[in-house]
Amino acid sequence: MTSAWPWITLALLGAYHGLSPGMGWLFAVALGLQEKSGKAVLRALVPIAIGHAASVGLAVGLLAAGKASIPSGILPWITGGVLVGFGVFKLVRPRHPRWVGMRVNMRDLVVWSFLMATAHGAGLMLLPVFVLGEDNPAPCHGPACHDAAGISLSSPGGYLAAISLHTLAMLLVSALVALVVYYKVGLAMLRRAWFDLDRVWAGALILAGVLGLLL
Amino acid sequence: MPFRPDPTFYPSPRMAMDAPRERLAYVTAPDANAVLGRPDPLRDGLATVDLDPRSPTYGQIIALAEVPNYGDELHHSGWNACSAALCPYAPHPHVERRYLMLPALRSSRIYVFDTKPDPKNPKLVRTIEAEEIAKRTGYSRPHTLHCGPDGIYVSALGNPEGDGPGGIFVLDCESFDVLGRWELDRGPQHLHYDFWWHLGHDTLISSEWGTPKMIEAGVNPDLLLGKKYGHRLHIWDLRRRKHLQALDIGDEHQMALELRPAHDPTKAYGFMGVVVSVADLSASVWLWYREGERWAIKKVITIPAEPASADQLPPLLKGFGAVPPLVTDINLSLDDKYLYVSCWGTGELRQYDVSDPHDPKLVGSVHIGGIARRTPHPRSGGPLTGAPQMVEVSRDGKRIYFTSALYTTWDEQFYPDGLKGWMVKVDAKEGGGISLDPEFFVDFGPRRAHQIRLEGGDASSDSFCYP
Repeated sequence: MTSAWPWITLALLGAYHGLSPGMGWLFAVALGLQEKSGKAVLRALVPIAIGHAASVGLAVGLLAAGKASIPSGILPWITGGVLVGFGVFKLVRPRHPRWVGMRVNMRDLVVWSFLMATAHGAGLMLLPVFVLGEDNPAPCHGPACHDAAGISLSSPGGYLAAISLHTLAMLLVSALVALVVYYKVGLAMLRRAWFDLDRVWAGALILAGVLGLLL
Repeated sequence: MPFRPDPTFYPSPRMAMDAPRERLAYVTAPDANAVLGRPDPLRDGLATVDLDPRSPTYGQIIALAEVPNYGDELHHSGWNACSAALCPYAPHPHVERRYLMLPALRSSRIYVFDTKPDPKNPKLVRTIEAEEIAKRTGYSRPHTLHCGPDGIYVSALGNPEGDGPGGIFVLDCESFDVLGRWELDRGPQHLHYDFWWHLGHDTLISSEWGTPKMIEAGVNPDLLLGKKYGHRLHIWDLRRRKHLQALDIGDEHQMALELRPAHDPTKAYGFMGVVVSVADLSASVWLWYREGERWAIKKVITIPAEPASADQLPPLLKGFGAVPPLVTDINLSLDDKYLYVSCWGTGELRQYDVSDPHDPKLVGSVHIGGIARRTPHPRSGGPLTGAPQMVEVSRDGKRIYFTSALYTTWDEQFYPDGLKGWMVKVDAKEGGGISLDPEFFVDFGPRRAHQIRLEGGDASSDSFCYP
């Protein structure tokens, strides 16, 4: 049975990552405020998205390597176990990369975003989708996409399409939040609305792991 | 750990100005007898002063938490976490401004007080011993402490033997583990005193006093007249932890102490207080600022010495026939508009309008205490020893509190007949001008009073990453 659910889930997780101030939109807003320019906000988000994609790509690459070398029945248990373990670790020890600096260039932003996404396990969170949804090709309608519809989530093209979709959703939501904060609501909302997403995030990692194990 | 950011964290200095009024002050209250080997030694304490005008104990010390040792010389203090936790590149706003860290300038311990269960009665919960700091950093005599985006930064005057170089070390803001030395390349920097930063420009600045051996027994007249105390400002790359530039203000200026960078992180300037000029005993305030790719410094305020007869002067000053102003502390309001300058020698607190930082204007002044003047407070019951020293400005900029004591052995030289420990308050008027609150006078009894920290933050406790 095929369905669009893995692709929708990957996009929704991208949106969720985009909402988190720690994944980059807040840094983009700060750089915009420093330069007094809305364009600077958007300019910062592209390298941040690239760093995020690289981190997700690393996790997916590890999964692909695992698929090639580990018996297929065991892999869901390994990914589920890693996710639950990492989630518990993040709950117990919610530490952050020690990055010190506002004066950053494009390369710095890519590296910073890669570090933040990796330290938070952004890519790990997606692994159950790849494990459970590997038989589902990209949804496509109409005659023009006859070939594209064949992209399987477990093929190299499928991995690339999935990471791109996740990153695009992350970028769009980051940009939306960053621009609304920069132009409309202002930073005072941080004090009221900045929930401890790290703990929600750790919970999401554990949930993803458990779902991966049960389904 | 809270689920939302600590309510005392503010993204910008402007927003911090709208914070609720402070209700408590935490004041370090060192004892002199233990340091000087005199009878009746006491343990140093952390005094809690009630600042809530609706409270029946307003303007009184409502708690005094003693530390377990003698002769520590509690001096400055700072919070484990503050508004810098909102910085976008290391965001972790779900820590709490809860622990007040008290470096002891003589014993080199750092005492950690928990203010949360009962803010009116902080409790000592941890002591970081001098040996641990020495072993992990090679430093001793911790002085200034700032909560940074990625940890607690502490300046230290020298090594355990009392020599230089002084520098900065870092503590974890939750475990209080000593993480190690901060600087990777100190360049020509040797003497150390204060430090702070321009977070928006990845720049740290530091100043110079003297090594522990140069200051602990008192002002050394030979070193002073030999121009051996510090007179440079150092510019550092905060990210790469390396020295970039030394700005020398000339060796007739001795003791380049307090640093107050603009709070707005987009601005790149700040003020440095200099205690004394050996040329004419004047004190001065200097402005550092960005000039293209480099940093520059210039004198923007000079405060002359006041003539006095020899019988009004301590032995150290008798030959000069004048009282030096001795600018020992400065403080900048959160809107970067008013600079407060303590003249610990002449007994004056000055208010300057620094809207144009290159051209400060004196807009307010009060006199209290002083080496020769001894100006009384309405509630002091007579002439007063000590003078404006550590000065702290409320977040809204409307109330300024200050204390009387500098450093035990130096207090003795300038006030040899005894220095009274007290804390007073002035009110700032809209548009400039200050007046002494005639009702507010906190008597510290046998102890002295040094740095003030206001509950929830003040004008020298937080740094901001957003304008």
